Amino acid sequence: MRLRSPHLLGLEGVSAGEINLFLDTAVTLREILNRPIKKVPTLRHITVLNLFFEPSTRTRISFELAEKRLSADLISFSAATSSVTKGETLLDTIWNIEAMKIDMVVIRHQVAGTPHFLARNCDSRIINAGDGQHEHPTQGLLDIMTIRDHFGKIEGLRVCIVGDIKHSRVARSNIWGLKTLGASVAVCGPTTLLPAEIEKMGVEVFTKIEAALEGADVVNVLRLQKERQTSGLLPSLREYSRRFGITTERLKYLNKGFMIMHPGPMNRGVEISSEVADGPYSVILSQVTNGVAIRMAVLYLLGGGAGKIE
Amino acid sequence: MSDLIIGKGRIIDPVDGYFGPGAIVVANGTFVEIIKGEKQPDATIDAEGLIVCPGLIDMHVHLREPGFEYKETIHSGAQAAAAGGFTSIACMPNTEPTLDNQETIKFVYEKAAAAPVRVYPVGAVTRGRQGQQLAEMGEMLEAGAVAFSDDGNGIQNGNMMRRALEYCRMLGVNILSHCEYVDLTDNGVMNEGYMSTVLGLRGSPRIAEELMIARDIMLAEYVGASVHIQHLTTAGGVELVRDAKKRGVAVTAETCPHYFTIYDEYLKSYDTNLKVNPPIRTKKDMLAIRRALASGVIDVIATDHAPHAWEEKALEFDFAPSGIIGLETAVGLISTELVRKNLLNWPDAVKKLTIKPAEILKIPGGKFEIGKPADITLIDPELEWVVTESDFRSLSKNSPFTGRRLTGRTVKTIVSGDVVFEL
Repeated sequence: MRLRSPHLLGLEGVSAGEINLFLDTAVTLREILNRPIKKVPTLRHITVLNLFFEPSTRTRISFELAEKRLSADLISFSAATSSVTKGETLLDTIWNIEAMKIDMVVIRHQVAGTPHFLARNCDSRIINAGDGQHEHPTQGLLDIMTIRDHFGKIEGLRVCIVGDIKHSRVARSNIWGLKTLGASVAVCGPTTLLPAEIEKMGVEVFTKIEAALEGADVVNVLRLQKERQTSGLLPSLREYSRRFGITTERLKYLNKGFMIMHPGPMNRGVEISSEVADGPYSVILSQVTNGVAIRMAVLYLLGGGAGKIE
Repeated sequence: MSDLIIGKGRIIDPVDGYFGPGAIVVANGTFVEIIKGEKQPDATIDAEGLIVCPGLIDMHVHLREPGFEYKETIHSGAQAAAAGGFTSIACMPNTEPTLDNQETIKFVYEKAAAAPVRVYPVGAVTRGRQGQQLAEMGEMLEAGAVAFSDDGNGIQNGNMMRRALEYCRMLGVNILSHCEYVDLTDNGVMNEGYMSTVLGLRGSPRIAEELMIARDIMLAEYVGASVHIQHLTTAGGVELVRDAKKRGVAVTAETCPHYFTIYDEYLKSYDTNLKVNPPIRTKKDMLAIRRALASGVIDVIATDHAPHAWEEKALEFDFAPSGIIGLETAVGLISTELVRKNLLNWPDAVKKLTIKPAEILKIPGGKFEIGKPADITLIDPELEWVVTESDFRSLSKNSPFTGRRLTGRTVKTIVSGDVVFEL
């Protein structure tokens, strides 16, 4: 099994074989994280640029740790400290850094399609760490990995994604990946936070949380941005919470052995109650650990994947 | 004495729809005789295999001068027009400063004096295109403005639009309306629909355009004015215009080659050259636009030639400006996408590029008129070519059609009997 693209721009169009390659590689690499010396020299020939144009804590730390575990050289910067604020274009910024000889770019950007734009105009391999409302493929992969860890499979499972689907790149990457691996996917949220014609992605669409949760094996609870209220998409966070919040009471609709996921950061008491977030069925912290493993796998496979994992 | 005899070609007379063998005799820069039939004097320009029609008119062009001369100047835009077969173009007022007074209208005419084609300025409806206060349209009309438009901005305020329509009824000129409610476009950068959902780009809904078309039609009907709908893109917009025409409302409409050639799935590439306002719609809309061209609901094909510099388009999708250059690819796209697909015949296509825009702008040209300036376009309908960036006369190269194979191209453009472009 080989990857068809030198970049990871999204999970749309990525085959089941490729997704499984990422997951299997991540499972192998995850073991390194439990060693006394959590480091292998596999990517010591690779220099990675982490370019974050949006505030991010966990994704950025996760990528940086993954790079360090594989001994890649890395540089990170955020837009606030870059020349972008001085009026330089993104391409000029990248071309200048490329001239200093780098191999890969991990990019987080508020505008959808920016990783594709870089892939077309740069020599580096591009990893999308979240672009606008489009995709967040490593988050999708780590979510799928976490589900597979728990159930041993993806095919035949019913996954319900709840919340602000419209603005969520996590939802889109999850939908593509899960559908490719044979899960059935439902989305649930207020109509104002459901994007146009989402059903054409092959998902069931619900606006009643009880109906959406009925028979689901996995609930992926999305973060609700507080500004959705001020921008007129929601009457209030309170009303949202009462209609769509995941509470212990609502868990009764789920299948036995269910699990609860959240990509973080959580608004406890809004989209998820603390009781649920900290419950025994919550895998939120496993997701975070798997995030490092998945990013190691992506870096490893895109970084050549030739070197043997020691 | 005749200066030019264009013979052996097939002439299209958009007035009577004639499409057949003929010759055009020109002297002193004016039409002398139009010969329809095989019996022709010896040609000085051999048009064998070519279509010979009145000089094409593009009623929707952005020339960027004054203010943005790095994108396009009146001269470079006119050269691009000549290369595309257009002998007359109407330029929109969204320059810096805005064409919203006599002086700026005069400035365009001064600059255009040396241009290879005729340039007709369109004045702004409101001062600075701000939608707040009427511009001095009467003064501009006297200086030579041919119509009025806040193009680029829809006139958001209904009462302002009503007053503008009433005022233009008095002046006897058309308002060319850019239809988009900005509160509904909601910062959208592409059409709202399945593709915007998949691509994660903010969607601009069709209703933002259709609602204003409906408003303008009803306002025009109410005050007894005429209105021209610019760059129609949606199936719903087509229905609104069709129904209004049936009721007898004085409404006309244009569309652009990109709206009958491509649809939103092309945006998968995130190519900023596909970013345009109103946005590229769905395939269903594209097909409706094609049918509306065939049925005559859409009167005019205009390009909305909107040049932008490379560095402005080589940005993240949201940050790039909207616009597509169109002057040099229009004939090729009409030929390839409409005529060769049997959706439109050449005479009907030529009407939408000649007499129709001339009527709406109330400008001369668009037909073979004895004694009037001999503006003529020669088209090779069989010429195969590939759109090539380095061939563009326009200062800007922002075309999503670069690399596309087309069949049919302008090979000669004549203004007042002078050849201003020759392939």
